[in-house]
Amino acid sequence: MTEIIYEPERYELEAAPVYHFELARRDFFKVLGGGIVVIFTLKDVLAQQESGGGRQRDFGRAMPQEIGAWLHIGEDSVVTVYTGKVEVGQNIRTSLTQVVAEELHVPLTAIRLVMGDTELTPFDMGTFGSRTTPVMATQLRRVAATARELLLDLAAEQWKEDRASLVVSEGKIVHPATKRSLSFGQLTRGQKLMKTISGNVATTPADQWRVAGKSVPKVDGRVFVTGKHQFTPDIKLPGMLYGKVLRPAAFGATLASLDTQAAENLPGVVVVRDGNFVGVAAPSEHLAARAIAAIKAEWKTTPQPSSKELFDYLKKNAVETQGAEGRSGFTRGSITEGLAAAQHKLEGTYTVAYIAHAPLEPRAAVAEWRDDRLTVWTGTQRPFGVRSELATAFRIPEERVRVIMPDTGSGYGGKHTGEAALEAARLAKAAGKPVKLVWTREEEFTWAYFRPAGVIEIASGVQNDGTITAWEFHNYNSGAAAIRTLYDIPHQRIQFHAARSPLRQGSYRALAATANHFARETHMDELAALVKMDPLEFRLKNLKDERLRAVLEAAAKAFGWGKRKASSDRGFGIAGGFEKGSYVASCAEVALDRKSGQVRITRVVTAFECGAIINPDGLKNQIEGAIVQGIGGALFEAIEFEDGKILNPRFSRYRVPRFSDLPLLETILLDRKDLPSAGAGETPIVCLAPAVGNAIFNATGVRLRSLPMVPNGLQA
Amino acid sequence: MSKVTELYVNGSRHRLAAEPERSLLSVLREELNLTGSKYGCGEGQCGACTVLLDGRPVRSCITLLSAAAGKQITTIEGLEKNGRLHPLQQAFLDADALQCGYCTPGMIISALGLLRKNPNPSEQEIIQAMEGNICRCGTYPRIVAAIRQAAKAQKGGAL
Repeated sequence: MTEIIYEPERYELEAAPVYHFELARRDFFKVLGGGIVVIFTLKDVLAQQESGGGRQRDFGRAMPQEIGAWLHIGEDSVVTVYTGKVEVGQNIRTSLTQVVAEELHVPLTAIRLVMGDTELTPFDMGTFGSRTTPVMATQLRRVAATARELLLDLAAEQWKEDRASLVVSEGKIVHPATKRSLSFGQLTRGQKLMKTISGNVATTPADQWRVAGKSVPKVDGRVFVTGKHQFTPDIKLPGMLYGKVLRPAAFGATLASLDTQAAENLPGVVVVRDGNFVGVAAPSEHLAARAIAAIKAEWKTTPQPSSKELFDYLKKNAVETQGAEGRSGFTRGSITEGLAAAQHKLEGTYTVAYIAHAPLEPRAAVAEWRDDRLTVWTGTQRPFGVRSELATAFRIPEERVRVIMPDTGSGYGGKHTGEAALEAARLAKAAGKPVKLVWTREEEFTWAYFRPAGVIEIASGVQNDGTITAWEFHNYNSGAAAIRTLYDIPHQRIQFHAARSPLRQGSYRALAATANHFARETHMDELAALVKMDPLEFRLKNLKDERLRAVLEAAAKAFGWGKRKASSDRGFGIAGGFEKGSYVASCAEVALDRKSGQVRITRVVTAFECGAIINPDGLKNQIEGAIVQGIGGALFEAIEFEDGKILNPRFSRYRVPRFSDLPLLETILLDRKDLPSAGAGETPIVCLAPAVGNAIFNATGVRLRSLPMVPNGLQA
Repeated sequence: MSKVTELYVNGSRHRLAAEPERSLLSVLREELNLTGSKYGCGEGQCGACTVLLDGRPVRSCITLLSAAAGKQITTIEGLEKNGRLHPLQQAFLDADALQCGYCTPGMIISALGLLRKNPNPSEQEIIQAMEGNICRCGTYPRIVAAIRQAAKAQKGGAL
């Protein structure tokens, strides 16, 4: 059975629910002119006690063991595969289709994936942690292989032939000796496949793959280039209203007074107040916006820390973390001894800012109540988690809630929670009609959660010959992912310290691996400079791990490491690392305009190894995308805030990478067919920032220890 | 102000009754059910809502309906003809120039506006023309490659 690693920095899953709905009659405002009558019953409210904590209890739930839960073969031989994983641009709809096609010997076009629908697909904890490939692809491979064996059994029995004389090919079982064949559909006749999935069923080894391992195009690319794909904001139900929420004036603000009369007077508008939740539903988006604007609200706010004092605040508000071992800490040898053995000692403090995921599709949901059952379409990486949130908020059993996740306009770890779903469902309940609610960009920038900010302190010792003897590493707040070093250091103390965060924070692509790699690989570069060694040579000297050595060497070779000399306006940097089963190394070249301070990343070579590759071009696309996204966090992205308000909540004030930021990108894929496939959507992002910072140092001698490194250009 | 009662979209005349101060994007999406154009920012910064207005790319989220009345509007839905993809759409597929696909319609329409004006753009010209479109998944290199491929495919022919 698959083990579930609980990663401590998934803050968004531990946080208290955003809403505590009262769902009481007195909180409803009846519509005056619009003819919409608010109908709801109190029995829902009383039906269940708040179960509470619905977010955590599903960790480790077992996967169903019957083929029929995962795979169905129709009478027309169409294969439908059910998975609770969701597509947010990682291309898993295609890669999972490939592994099923591989084992079942059917064309890709004969397979249809149903993803992330709590009514139809087996329970799934969520699409995060790069676990679709190692866990779900492995599971579906076994499912498909077991189904294939069952089909062989069925055909052998029907024909009274030796099973070994049959072959599976293109959706058929064939008996070559008699040239007989039966399609899968003819064999199963649309019946549910009841066989138990075998843990030791033979699956095709990677070096014999015919469909997996190939760069097949996206299975449903056409619906995206024609604009036909229906993302959540594109869904329209009969009689549907458009919802909008009145946002508090600041984080943590509470309502002091509220006057909704003018909004209620608008035709067809429903106004809902439930505790601190105030929202409207209206016949058009336009009218919903007008209704919200017509509401007069006074908010009681409290003073809060600002981005200017952020890092001091995090250090001062660190809380004791239980357990120095495991994922959040590690100790080996003695730091005192290690430092005593060193000729050089070095200390460095590194910081990372809060950044926003800014998925281009903002949070959105369409909610419909019918006969006390709730259906919500929403873009979330955790459809089952959102179902649980909804059941808790409305105090109904999970069986009466269905969450459907249409393939969504990206997430990057930012869509693990169900705010929009809760809001749309609350409004729909009051309106007695389906409600669609799409967050504005400003709402997305303000009321979603952020990548955690953090402070990292490193103290180290190194000998003249470049041997690192001591490594002490403390991460405050950002997280423990990839906090350990793969370099061979005899004396280590590594610790993550949780802290009180001024902003709501949560998962972001690769979690804290980006922050921890930035600090570690920058510090490694500083140590190399201290002992006057080449940064690559220095790393290799302290590194036995063959897989990390391989990516470092591959990236360096393709980059031409050491072949060109840095100048005051051009530098080269390298960084390597490991996370979630994948190894990565990036080499970066930067060009600097010393007068204007402008920094341009001109070339990035990334070598990546994640075991056996399922779809090389899909993987390449993910690596390129991670590098491009990483440019933002490395150079210029940062959330600015003051007194519970975000100061730059829009694209005109929060710069994200654009076409002109694009470096020349090269990716080197190391395909290890002898190793299991690991996920690859996250890890390629982790080395970009340190490689770029190291390149800036290489050109200028200026060491940048804060992400983003040059939000206002290179100073001085 | 009186309501806008007709729009010309993708070669067809559409009847409607909408307030002239509404955004073109909301009217296309809500009234005409043309949901291929996406909301991304509401301030003309991300390009997900791009449509052509008399052949020129505009951000429909900040274009008032009144400004679009009487003009020829082209949206992503108008590119596929009789089941045949437009060369730009095909090029996006061939280059796998998308991940989540949310920015894709706006990217394709912006690129169409560029190629209509400049059938053979240099890489620099492509980057300049596309600078107002955000792909948060970072598929920029593939989008540039797709636009180049479409330009090549259309050499001598009109897009």
